[in-house]
Amino acid sequence: MVFLEAGFSSPRNDAFPAGLRVLVVDDDPTWLKILEKMLKKCSYEVTTCGLARDALNLLRERKDGYDIVISDVNMPDMDGFKLLEHVGLEMDLPVIMMSVDGETSRVMKGVQHGACDYLLKPIRMKELRNIWQHVFRKKIHEVRDIESLEGFENIQLTRSGCDLFDDGHFLGGDDTTSGRKRKDADNRHEDRDLTDPSTKKARVVWTVDLHQKFVKAVNLIGFDKVGPKKILDLMNVPRLTRENVASHLQKYRLYLSRLQKESDIKNSFNGMKLSDPPSKDSTASFGLHKPMNTVPDDVLNGTYSFSVNKSLAQSVDLKGQADRNGITSVPMAEPKGALSKDIPDSHKTKSSQMSFDHSLGSVDSGVSFATFGSTDPSQYSWTEIPEIQFKQEYESFQPENGFNQLPLPEPSMIEKEVKRSRTEVKPLFDEYRSNLVEHLSPADLVGLFPVQGKNQTLKNQAFDPISATKSTMKTKDISQNCLADSEFAQRNLNAAGIGVPLASLSEDLQICWLQGDGYPMNFALQDFECSEYHDPALIAETPFYLYDAPRFDHEHLLDPTEYFAIDQGLFV
Amino acid sequence: MERNPMRRQLAIMRKSLFDQGHLDEQFIELEELQDDANPNFVEEVVALYFRDSARLILNMEQALEGKPFDFNKLDGYMHQFKGSSTSIGAKKVKAESTLFREYCRSGNAEGCVRAFQQLKKEYGTLRKKLEAYFQLARQTGPMETASRPK
Repeated sequence: MVFLEAGFSSPRNDAFPAGLRVLVVDDDPTWLKILEKMLKKCSYEVTTCGLARDALNLLRERKDGYDIVISDVNMPDMDGFKLLEHVGLEMDLPVIMMSVDGETSRVMKGVQHGACDYLLKPIRMKELRNIWQHVFRKKIHEVRDIESLEGFENIQLTRSGCDLFDDGHFLGGDDTTSGRKRKDADNRHEDRDLTDPSTKKARVVWTVDLHQKFVKAVNLIGFDKVGPKKILDLMNVPRLTRENVASHLQKYRLYLSRLQKESDIKNSFNGMKLSDPPSKDSTASFGLHKPMNTVPDDVLNGTYSFSVNKSLAQSVDLKGQADRNGITSVPMAEPKGALSKDIPDSHKTKSSQMSFDHSLGSVDSGVSFATFGSTDPSQYSWTEIPEIQFKQEYESFQPENGFNQLPLPEPSMIEKEVKRSRTEVKPLFDEYRSNLVEHLSPADLVGLFPVQGKNQTLKNQAFDPISATKSTMKTKDISQNCLADSEFAQRNLNAAGIGVPLASLSEDLQICWLQGDGYPMNFALQDFECSEYHDPALIAETPFYLYDAPRFDHEHLLDPTEYFAIDQGLFV
Repeated sequence: MERNPMRRQLAIMRKSLFDQGHLDEQFIELEELQDDANPNFVEEVVALYFRDSARLILNMEQALEGKPFDFNKLDGYMHQFKGSSTSIGAKKVKAESTLFREYCRSGNAEGCVRAFQQLKKEYGTLRKKLEAYFQLARQTGPMETASRPK
């Protein structure tokens, strides 16, 4: 057989595809029994599961225990597509979907979520006989990835039409040097692995840790600037290849986009007026216009001050506030939200988190989130914050609030928000504060405002919480969180369960925390396009700006009620 | 043609199940899966199907008692039921499920009720026939070959 000649060794057997280890997931016991029998007839090694949760546990327990997963689309405890995503992200196994429903839209969804095939029930033996090709295909890709080109020359020969091992294809431009180095170092080891049937093939298993590294790297780079090579370098994981990262990145993007959709749906359910904030396109909506008048020149040059601290803390608290979709009102241009660790965990939290991102992300207008891509942790946290603050109603922004930043909600609202969010903010804040200590500079305001270079529309509603933030900011509770350290942010976020490396703030990001009145604000704003910020809310509470520009020390003396606005400070 | 009268009877029963449209190709797939390792495979699967689907039928009956109908829920149950019915090749039952789902999607409560009644009827008929079939099969002993209907 071709594979044997190629030295394609499989730990389980020497007669591939016999012994292929299949995990079948289906809530229908009749089908489970039938599929088990069918797969056994194909000489595969079968494990059956009636619940998606069980399947995930099994997969996690035995990371390298299965070669392929076959799952039904409709299951009681978890949507088959979700399972599909998890498996793709965590284990990177080929997944085949099954359903009695063959509607094109469903099939398409399956493919979008990464299914390598979609079978219609009733399934025939001949369809199952061929599933090994998906495993083989993946192995081939991995082999290519793992610099063990030499060991696979035979395979190369057999795949005449395949450009797998074509150098040009294999390495990108700047991949060559570092990629090669990495490869060469491991080559010997790889070869040994390849020829040793007892060693597991160097399939990259995306463990939680590895994935976290990945997310961290993505956030550091900035989602919109991300690329497999950059991620790979940052991750600094030996034997991880660019292709591994590239395919994982693709899955991650799909995952995030799904989350975003979910949060969008959630938002609409929450009744948050997701419709464009009235002011969005108007001058004031973002409050930038107004504030601009009052903002000192330096501020106007694009420094933002935010009182993020609270929001951060609050955002951390978002976990429990999944329902607050106020933030989600801000549609994120891209699904963002680095769920570094939590991917396998509750979706709900993530969704809520995501929703935040969305809300923040959508700040189209003026807030340019310097770093963001959805994976930007800072963005994440940012979104989180608004959620808390937005707690309740989100009224459209009143441009009149007119602070340098986004227009803030009316004072009364602010008070309300303050009261509401006060308690919430506190606990988070403390937790946050401990992490922040090292980064705090007393007078610094750290504003983390994920600025997305893209257009995002912030919905005003998202910013109501800003007022809340403001009030909190005023309290001494507001500690400064200077997130200069992405890890720091990450810690916080992770602590909060957000799992989003807040910081992915790279050196570009400077977070200024508002402290008390007249906080000096240092804003690191990147690509802040004031004119585009219509949504003051954005600035108001949570805006975290990742900013490349030089800091501005901005003394902003505003009325207490205006603190918020300042904090949020998008000074354009 | 089987010489043994019982086997002949069994073959006739089997053929009629196909000819009358109660079963389709999938049933033959099941028969082909049966082997020495699982000599009663088909009967086991069929038994499992009727046991599990009875639960679904009950759920649907309950859902059809509430007013107004929760069409989404009903559709969901029927989706499951249909998927299950395809597993043994229950052709007529499957067709009734499809019809039911169409009524669900168009919010036709009366249609749902009617379709459900019809479905239960077909379901009951199939069950009886298969029970008789397997009873005879057990007495007869294993079939020599699984023959495909024309």
